[in-house]
Amino acid sequence: MSKFMGQPIKRVEDPRFIQGQGKYVANIKLPDMAFAAVKRSPYAHATIDNIDASEALAMDGVLAVYTGQDIQGAGIGPIPCGFTPPDIKLPPWHALSVDKARHVGDAVAVVVAESAYIAYDALDAIEVDYTPLDAVVDAKKATEPGAPQVHEETPNNTSFHWPLGDSDAVKAALDASDHVVELDLINQRLIPNAMEPRACVADWSDAMDEMVVWTTSQNPHVIRLLMSAFTLQIPENKLRVISPDVGGGFGSKIFHYPEEIIVPFCSMQLKRPVKWVSSRSEAFLTDAHGRDHVTTAKLGVNNDGEFTAFHVQTWANMGAYLSAFAPMIPTALYITLFAGLYKTPLIFGESFGTMTNTTQVDAYRGAGRPEASYLLERIIDIAARDLNMDPIEIRRKNFIRKDEYPYQTPVALVYDSGDYDQLFDKAMEVAGYNDMLAARDAARAEGRLVGVGVSGCIEASGAGPSKVVTSLGAAVGLWEHGSVRVHPTGKISVMTGAHTHGQGHETTFAQIVAEELGVPIADIEIIHGDTAKTPFGLGTYASRSAAVGGSAILKSAIKVKEKMKAIAAYQLEAAVEDIVYDAETASMHVKGSPDNSKSFFEISFSALTHNMPDDMEPGLEEHTFFDPPNFTFPNSAHIAMIEIDKDTGEVSLLKYAAVDDVGNVINPMIVEGQLQGGIAQGVGQALLEHGQYDDDGQLLTGSFLDYAMPRADNLPMSNLGRIEIPSPSNPLGVKGAGEMGTIAGTPTVANAVMDALQPMGVRHVEIPHTPLAIHTAIQNAAAAAD
Amino acid sequence: MEITVTVNGKTHTRDVEPRKLLVDLLREDLNLTGTNIGCDTSQCGACTIHMDGMAVKSCTCLAVQADGASLTTIEGLADTSENDLHPMQQAFWDQHGLQCGYCTPGMIMSATKLVEGNPNISEEEIRHGLEGNICRCTGYQNIVKAVQQAAPEMVGGD
Repeated sequence: MSKFMGQPIKRVEDPRFIQGQGKYVANIKLPDMAFAAVKRSPYAHATIDNIDASEALAMDGVLAVYTGQDIQGAGIGPIPCGFTPPDIKLPPWHALSVDKARHVGDAVAVVVAESAYIAYDALDAIEVDYTPLDAVVDAKKATEPGAPQVHEETPNNTSFHWPLGDSDAVKAALDASDHVVELDLINQRLIPNAMEPRACVADWSDAMDEMVVWTTSQNPHVIRLLMSAFTLQIPENKLRVISPDVGGGFGSKIFHYPEEIIVPFCSMQLKRPVKWVSSRSEAFLTDAHGRDHVTTAKLGVNNDGEFTAFHVQTWANMGAYLSAFAPMIPTALYITLFAGLYKTPLIFGESFGTMTNTTQVDAYRGAGRPEASYLLERIIDIAARDLNMDPIEIRRKNFIRKDEYPYQTPVALVYDSGDYDQLFDKAMEVAGYNDMLAARDAARAEGRLVGVGVSGCIEASGAGPSKVVTSLGAAVGLWEHGSVRVHPTGKISVMTGAHTHGQGHETTFAQIVAEELGVPIADIEIIHGDTAKTPFGLGTYASRSAAVGGSAILKSAIKVKEKMKAIAAYQLEAAVEDIVYDAETASMHVKGSPDNSKSFFEISFSALTHNMPDDMEPGLEEHTFFDPPNFTFPNSAHIAMIEIDKDTGEVSLLKYAAVDDVGNVINPMIVEGQLQGGIAQGVGQALLEHGQYDDDGQLLTGSFLDYAMPRADNLPMSNLGRIEIPSPSNPLGVKGAGEMGTIAGTPTVANAVMDALQPMGVRHVEIPHTPLAIHTAIQNAAAAAD
Repeated sequence: MEITVTVNGKTHTRDVEPRKLLVDLLREDLNLTGTNIGCDTSQCGACTIHMDGMAVKSCTCLAVQADGASLTTIEGLADTSENDLHPMQQAFWDQHGLQCGYCTPGMIMSATKLVEGNPNISEEEIRHGLEGNICRCTGYQNIVKAVQQAAPEMVGGD
């Protein structure tokens, strides 16, 4: 058995967090530091006619007020979009808006003061004259004639149209099908709400023309690149970006945000360190939101349950500006997942990316894949009802079989591995599916509203093969860097371009190296999150850190091991082929004579003194840039049981069982934690969470009082199981584990709620299934039955 | 206004604005940054500390209200003469009760008060009792397990 890989090793990063020693950006204090606060539009859509800062500037302790004209006057460029499919129309996004405010919370000015309290006082003293304009908030209504136009650059508020597949062929196949299931569906807007609000500290050195920026990012190298090449235009060699401990991301901290431009600009102007910390209220208005699709879909099904064709149109709300990866979410990460676990032969999907007077929308945990899975798994459930088939039976009927890999789907992806029959067998066992159905039926006989829901989901994670993602429109390849440095004393530093903000990389990456080299985890440090300490990195999102970043580290560890063996061979006067590396004792010996050996420490130290072959380069440090040949394809079978309170419409989640294939597992404790947390977010979308705007573009859910986050008493203990089919797409054999809970949680629970209401004739209710939504559905069903 | 507070056994006298929040006193004036701020509506509980034996949200309390009070923050929770970690801290570590760690100090401070005098606390009581602390990472499952581990190990208060 492996000593490190696959072991539930307790996290090495935890002691600092449980003792209040986390190094978050908001904790940074520098000598002479000033504080910035951002003036934001109270209107969703308005022209900015005048900004009068005179009163604010006259206040004690106020250092400066800057507007968009100051920023643009300094030659700072707009925030770029990093995914640009053909014919996309790109409206500019300036850190501080000059002409118009386009959503509530749009930044229009910044004030810098000696303290945060003074800065916030001064915000109120800045007078901005606006002329309010009509607003549009709905993704589809934005494209209708007469809708208010958010940007000149995007006529009909349409930024892009992304089709995939042969629409006519799919329509013909639908016409030829025994049944066509039609579904109009909304995937509601979500607000990510990492518990740590975003923050930024900038420290400009006028003497050296150098900038250090601390920012709450999942990918500090990407942020530095965008700052250097597009926005601040400070060259990379003069700009250091550090993301220390980051308190959760879930996608929302991938993107380059206006404050990452505004705060460094203020520091350069004032020649002082400047700090900005988002309030939660600002976070609701300015962190990129997620989801928000309006969709029309048709699934063709034959009498025996075989899927024949799938046709989907989606209007995806981009919000007021195109955030860094926003156009990728409803396109390359969405339509390409429409095959799901199934052999549907013909698929067409198209998305329209539309601009509205709302906060920008971008990747949120799952990013496109939850939208695809919820749509597909909902419509399949309705098909099962229409055909009077068991929901698992209809899915099994259409599964891609385990001997059919690699499997080319009709929507561009090539699945690498899986065994969905085994997956569902295990899920039915873990859930006690048949007992669950019996309990449901018994409850129904008592007149209770109990439902059982299932889903089978897949995601393309571990982004990703650079040639594939760039051909789809990404402006960056998605390889990752990892290096292993052995110090003269035998201790190890690992540099990674991934970034941990809850995922536990300091433990799992150390496990990879410990397993390969046989050194204790306590001798290994994981260095990340600082552009001055790591060569490069694309960062952490898309469940890519283990598959891509971990693989880079593994390859570097193997290179180090090979070099150490070569040094040992030289010192032991043996052929390198005869050197055995014993990971159990972290030593090297000549085959057949274990006493003729060198320890890890001895070889490490002799590398310093260059006691090695003359033609060998000194040092013990190896680098790898790993570009995976394919995505990985984690897949899941989740089953839930719910009960509805007939009088209030409140849904209680009674049981949740999840069986996942995430390939090989480095640390099962961490994988289960990722799934549990992901499931909570999926359940949140099914039952609780909804980012809502009124028609004027005011966010109605702008605080934790109004936006229903899952809390401890909303969830039961999940019952988790696993099958492990190694991915052939990376040397660790891992698949992504970070997002599947969220992807599967939503359709599983929504299907369970709909199952409970099925006897009343309810076909579909939009999520979230709040007490109001379900109570209304019950009332309507009762009225229709009368 | 001049106030005197005892924090983690150490007495501090400070001149503060009447409007200053207690959490800002702790973080900015006393450099106790273990207490985090997660919201501005008293909902998330990240800033929970103990004041005179009660769990309070320090973002919803003025510094002047703490005048004369004895406060414990996450930095002072463990009785370091006996052990580096409080049983609740140890349990969060053992049970993987944290991921990003941001809600963790508040969660631990709430949980220690929740289980006080209730070593056999039920899962339902724990879930209900932690309703005022939001965690976005864990799905609460391992937090509940951590509290279940620590409850019987805790004797007395802090």
